[in-house]
Amino acid sequence: MPSQTDTEPAIRFDNVEKRFGDNVVLHDLNFSVAKGDRVTLIGPSGSGKTTILRLVMTLEEANGGYIYVDGEPLTHEERGGKRVELKEKHKNEVRKRIGMVFQQFNLFPNMTVMENLIEAPVHVLKMSKADAIEKAKGLLEKVGLSDKADAHPLELSGGQQQRVAVARALAMDPEILLLDEVTSALDPEIVGEVLNILRDVANETDITMLIVTHEMQFARDVSNRVLMFDGGKIVEESDPETMFTSPKEQRTRDFLSAVLGNN
Amino acid sequence: MGDNFDALIGALPMVGEGVWITVQLTIGGALLALVIAVALGLLARFKNVVLRGIARVIIEFFRGTSLVVQLFWFFFVMPQLGIELPAMFVGILALGLNYGAYGAEVVRGSINNVPSGQWEATTALSMSSTQRMWRIIFPQAWALMIPSLTNLLIQLLKGTAIVSFITLTDLTYATDKLRNSTDTFFAYGVSLLIYFLIAYVLTLIMNALEVQAKHKLGRGESLREALSFRTPRSADGKAGIS
Amino acid sequence: MTGLQWDWTMVWESLPDLLLKFVEVTLLVTILGSIIAAVLGLIIAIARRSAPKPIAAVLTFIVNFIRMTPIVVQLLFAYYLFLELDPVTIGVIIFGIHYSTYMAEVYRAGIEAVPDGQWEATTALSMSRSRTWVAVVIPQALRSTIPALGNYVISMFKDTPFLIAITVTEMVRAALVFGGNHFTYIEAITTAGIIFLIASYPTSLLIGRLEKRLAFSN
Repeated sequence: MPSQTDTEPAIRFDNVEKRFGDNVVLHDLNFSVAKGDRVTLIGPSGSGKTTILRLVMTLEEANGGYIYVDGEPLTHEERGGKRVELKEKHKNEVRKRIGMVFQQFNLFPNMTVMENLIEAPVHVLKMSKADAIEKAKGLLEKVGLSDKADAHPLELSGGQQQRVAVARALAMDPEILLLDEVTSALDPEIVGEVLNILRDVANETDITMLIVTHEMQFARDVSNRVLMFDGGKIVEESDPETMFTSPKEQRTRDFLSAVLGNN
Repeated sequence: MGDNFDALIGALPMVGEGVWITVQLTIGGALLALVIAVALGLLARFKNVVLRGIARVIIEFFRGTSLVVQLFWFFFVMPQLGIELPAMFVGILALGLNYGAYGAEVVRGSINNVPSGQWEATTALSMSSTQRMWRIIFPQAWALMIPSLTNLLIQLLKGTAIVSFITLTDLTYATDKLRNSTDTFFAYGVSLLIYFLIAYVLTLIMNALEVQAKHKLGRGESLREALSFRTPRSADGKAGIS
Repeated sequence: MTGLQWDWTMVWESLPDLLLKFVEVTLLVTILGSIIAAVLGLIIAIARRSAPKPIAAVLTFIVNFIRMTPIVVQLLFAYYLFLELDPVTIGVIIFGIHYSTYMAEVYRAGIEAVPDGQWEATTALSMSRSRTWVAVVIPQALRSTIPALGNYVISMFKDTPFLIAITVTEMVRAALVFGGNHFTYIEAITTAGIIFLIASYPTSLLIGRLEKRLAFSN
């Protein structure tokens, strides 16, 4: 199995189309993310960046085309020229390799921090509770919240909640980590504490990362590829250095000057 | 007035018996209603059109046909079909089905009102739909549904007052008997007061449950607030009583 | 006697009687009771907001007391106290009073939803208290309350068989009497239930749609 999939990209979009009603958000989108890549998606709001993450996480369903994770179809596959939806069981198996951190944290308020961290490892991955707690403790230490294990999520600051959310996603040992504007809901002065942890994760692991962010410095530090989106299409694609210092497209230049001007 | 109290003391065993029947009906009916409400509320959210349709028909039928009709149906029609049921059982069944159908809408609405981010997080963690419902969504929905369920519980208590129609000797029945030896005003004053006290105690219990449920969600309230008197909120009566 | 024995002739035979009582009592009590409840509820809501604190507190207690005790007991109470009054009249009054306590809550929510700025503007214009209520607050508060009031009307409608307790022959009692006379209850009682369903279900659908429309236009 690994030998077959090693050559496959972590994520591949094949002619993906996504509509909300009559509004076409993504049209014939093709791109792939290699294993271990850190890809940042930038672009004006409404350009379809977040939709891409949500499609990978199966929170939205594409209207056409195929998405592959490790070479395996995610929700639909082609069978005899027809687009066929895959069974929920299959989707779940593929989904287990993917983790996501949300803009609004989405911690479970009916559980303590520790319970949030061990819930899925114990009940989804069937890890023993002792092992899961052990692992969670390590992750809490990594995000600097060892003393908050028994706290309720709503007792924590936004920055702390987001650090717990990062730890919760990592507790599942994902091969792919999706970061959806993870600092947008935070006060400017605490954005750094979350980004520093994510920098560490990027440096210390080989998790594939797909990132949507408005923090251009973070994108520059962490990613090795940047895709500029506008109107559901890739406008420009390059390494971060080139993208931020000498973009080729006018639309990219306009976008970057608007964003960086605001900062 | 002294005669009234003497008569009341004499009638105390009978009134006590009536209160006990009212309490049994209320608790039995409420427990049955809760089970039915959760079952139908969940069924009404199914993707499967047939299952969802069945739930909708049951909910609308029992909401739409009036409690008294249901009570009489079980009491007068069932024997005609060869099924004799004890009156207490009929009372609990009718109350449970009627208020359970109202409760199903509360359960369904509360589940739908759990923020979408919570559902998305369970998908991101690959939880099964059963895990998602019972470990994440329902505990949060529970806190949302308690105020409306409190409304329904008080409605159910008030609804028990019709069971003397089917020969049960509840508090309302006892009141009528008490009136034979006291003033009308006295007998019904005492009766209303007892109903009010039962409703008050039920409200306090439900408020305590709500505080506990919210506390579990990290939205702590002091216990003193739990003991303050909040009547059933009927501003959201559309969920509670429509 | 076992097994289902459904006789359509019993349905047709009972129907005229049931429909007559439905119009004569069930609908009549619902309509008149609703009018009393709607008017009295508004008066209570305004009084609770405008009256001096102690009076408002007493009023609140009375309202809670009425709301948390059974209509059936209230009906019997009034029936024995005013034996000279016609039971249907007592029904109209008690249903009106009982549901006014619910409707008062609906109005209260509607009144509270009127922005403070509206009150401030009437003060700035030196409008009188009564003029403020009539011309500014009530018209704005009323709109959003219509669906919730409608739901309580349906609720009252389905409570009308409680009138059996005070000897009123409304539709369900008529079904019971018919059943007793013909030695079969199933047709008449089922028919009465179906009439309730046919009358209440479309009405609540209509109210639900109205509610959605009001929610969107706000």
